[in-house]
Amino acid sequence: VNPTINDWLRTILFLPPQASTVAPAIDHLHYFVIITTMVGATGVALLAMWWLVRYRRRAPLQEPPPEEPAPSSIGLELGIITGLFLLFLAWWLVGFLQYLRVRVPPEDTYDIYVTAKQWMWKFAYVEGNQTIAQLYVPAGKPVKLIMTSRDVIHSFFVPDFRLKMDVIPGRYTTLWFEAREPGTHPIYCAEYCGTQHSTMRAEVIVLDQADFGRWLAAGQRERAHAPTPSEPSVVGELGPAQPMPLRQRGELVAAREGCLRCHTLNGQPHIAPTFAGMYRSRVPLAGGGEIVADDDYLTESMMDPLAKIHAGFVPVMPSYFGRLPPAEVAALLELIHSLGETPEKGTPP
Amino acid sequence: MTLPAAAPAHADAPDYLHTGGGVAGWLNTRDHKRIAIMFYVSVLVFLALGGVFALALRTELLTPERTVMDAMTYNRMFTLHGVTMVWLFLIPGIPTVFGNFVLPIQIGARDLAFPRLNLASFYVFLIGAAVTLAGMIVGGTDTGWTFYTPYSDQTPTRLVPVVIGVFILGISTIMTGINFIATTHTLRAPSVTWRRLPLFVWAMYGTSIIMVLATPVLGLTLLLIALDNGLALGMFDPAVGGDPVLFQHIFWFYSHPAVYIMILPAMGVINEVVPTFSHRRPASYAALAAATFGIAFIGFLTWGHHMFVAGISELDAGFFGVLSMFVAIFSAIKVFTWVLTLYRGSIQFNTPLFYFLGFLFLFVFGGMTGVAVATQSLDVHWHDTYFVVAHFHFIMVGASLTAFLAAAHYWFPKMFGRLYNERLGMVGAMAVFIGFNLTFVPQFLLGNLGMPRRYYSYPPQYQWLHVLSTGGAWALGGSLLLSLANLLAALKWGKRAPANPWYSRSYEWLTPSPPPTHNFPVTPALDTGPYDYTISEEEFRASASAR
Repeated sequence: VNPTINDWLRTILFLPPQASTVAPAIDHLHYFVIITTMVGATGVALLAMWWLVRYRRRAPLQEPPPEEPAPSSIGLELGIITGLFLLFLAWWLVGFLQYLRVRVPPEDTYDIYVTAKQWMWKFAYVEGNQTIAQLYVPAGKPVKLIMTSRDVIHSFFVPDFRLKMDVIPGRYTTLWFEAREPGTHPIYCAEYCGTQHSTMRAEVIVLDQADFGRWLAAGQRERAHAPTPSEPSVVGELGPAQPMPLRQRGELVAAREGCLRCHTLNGQPHIAPTFAGMYRSRVPLAGGGEIVADDDYLTESMMDPLAKIHAGFVPVMPSYFGRLPPAEVAALLELIHSLGETPEKGTPP
Repeated sequence: MTLPAAAPAHADAPDYLHTGGGVAGWLNTRDHKRIAIMFYVSVLVFLALGGVFALALRTELLTPERTVMDAMTYNRMFTLHGVTMVWLFLIPGIPTVFGNFVLPIQIGARDLAFPRLNLASFYVFLIGAAVTLAGMIVGGTDTGWTFYTPYSDQTPTRLVPVVIGVFILGISTIMTGINFIATTHTLRAPSVTWRRLPLFVWAMYGTSIIMVLATPVLGLTLLLIALDNGLALGMFDPAVGGDPVLFQHIFWFYSHPAVYIMILPAMGVINEVVPTFSHRRPASYAALAAATFGIAFIGFLTWGHHMFVAGISELDAGFFGVLSMFVAIFSAIKVFTWVLTLYRGSIQFNTPLFYFLGFLFLFVFGGMTGVAVATQSLDVHWHDTYFVVAHFHFIMVGASLTAFLAAAHYWFPKMFGRLYNERLGMVGAMAVFIGFNLTFVPQFLLGNLGMPRRYYSYPPQYQWLHVLSTGGAWALGGSLLLSLANLLAALKWGKRAPANPWYSRSYEWLTPSPPPTHNFPVTPALDTGPYDYTISEEEFRASASAR
């Protein structure tokens, strides 16, 4: 398809950019299928409308009404049905071949491990780099994602790539793609996975191959010099981690670990109680009674969230036991400390 | 219940609305027509409920973040909308109301084969509906109507009451299916041979077969997820060795045929409306009847097309893709036969015909987008986006609800002995069509853009399409209210209907409007079969009183 026509059709059909190598071919089939569908539906409706008007009853019904001999339609109908079947078969054949191309990865892929959980995407690289919510990939090189879920079924969806694959607990699924050029593309979770399903978004950041190499190397240097093995990488920033205040680090950890999907910092109650004014406040418990939110309670709530549930909130928080190094727990506590001891509390939604 | 007084055309027997008995006479009735009316009232209430949920959802989606409700409420609301519309309106809708009312009359019978089972199915339906709705209010499950595992094993909301409620509804569906099958086999008037069976009866018969064969699989699936969720059985929980994808196979093994439980009755209604208003026999009776069974059969072999990105093998996906296309072939046979029936007809414009025209466009467009989503490489992009939402609403609302409305207008004179206001009826039909398109065409575009379904919050670039869709939803709601008000007003103020206001030649129009309790004073002898428009009205009438 001519590039101008391609762009024009893509625009009127509201299709996103064609950022992967398979996207243009899939879109060409899309144009063909949707145009045929529109023409078919409109044509049948127009024909019916024309006959409705053409053969409308002009005079009061005669008794008995004249029954016209039925048109010898069998041949015509068989012809149309056969034509339609061949048309559908053509869609299927092209679609199936494309599906095989989408589903079966080439041999020499660059592999990235993907772990989905409620409600975030984690990416682990063979070189040891790890990211959350940001998938860095090289342009012009086939990349294979090896995906699994820690809890429920999620689905990895990049509209700009025209690709999607379910991510299933207890098994690994794969998805391969080759991004055409550097750029940023949204990732959505497409399989309903709970309260915050719609916030389970991330992005693919496509770098050219040299930049991607530098990004990988920067992550390795960072780990080599970091005081703890999992120094949080600054989102979207290359280069070694800078020393930073504990509170700022707490904010980064809270963002990276998904705390802020449910807890807010500004006093607004959300899925979970706000961090503002939480420290040393009196927390009503779901089973009755209350407890002072001191460091002990806050730590326990990170590691075993179901032990003492804040009344009025649905217990949806995952356990962070074994997932947060002590330095990061401290950073989170410092963040909560810094947001004040005011006993003012939001009411549960 | 107060219903209008209308003298039957043959005043020798009181009509079914006026046989007395008061409230108990309704609640204990074994008359298929009264049971149909009780179902009618119930499914309309559930349609209204499901509609209110839909409007609440659409209103929430006006803005990218919170508009009127929080995420948990939104998730519960779309579950409630799906469960209500699928199991409390679409599946029972046409069969229990119009099937119950019309099927026995169309085959010259006095009632269904098992009148008590019919009444029981109504009460089982009410119990199931009560348990489901109570479960939704108390536990408020948030899994979506598809109950996908292992989320449904772990949801923080209560799942079990809803699942038990739907299980009970399934029992009611099976009762209805068995009753229709037995009735069609045993109670046909001697002159109504299989080759003269009205096409609506064929559609009900095909639907009943799916109901009886597929619903037990749903029951099994629901019990298993109830055990998984309530007692941690672990059938579908990978943490203890279960398989979450197995759930999708057995769920769709029922739920894909369930789509045809919803659409075949709609096709049955259209089968009756088109010949009546074009005053002509169907272009091919055999094609319409046979295509019904083609769809019913092939519908059992297509469930995998819901799972193209769930990790099934590529070869399986290929088979499921090509099998799914046969559904479209059988549907196309029906569409061409309906359209060809109009050719050289003597076409009379009434509200049901307007609904037919809307149905035709929406069904063909919705059906062909169905073939599009069965095309695997395209489905990879569209799966679980608004494109799929728009596609199945074209079939479920665009086709099934439109056909329900066509039936509501077409059989209204027969059921209540009154004529509704034609002009308002036609305006209502057009408004429904416009409101529907405004609601769902933007959703096709949203799906193309990549907007996933079941999203409480969404990126702001999708907002204007959501606003259009919400506007359309309110317009659609308003036009449905207009149509309903028109019919309700006709109950009281409508003109008396003659026995055969549309000059149809289908058997149900032989009885007075409304029919007496036993439908026919004598078993009718019909020598020509339905849709015989070569005979005059007098000859047609005469056949009712013969023998």
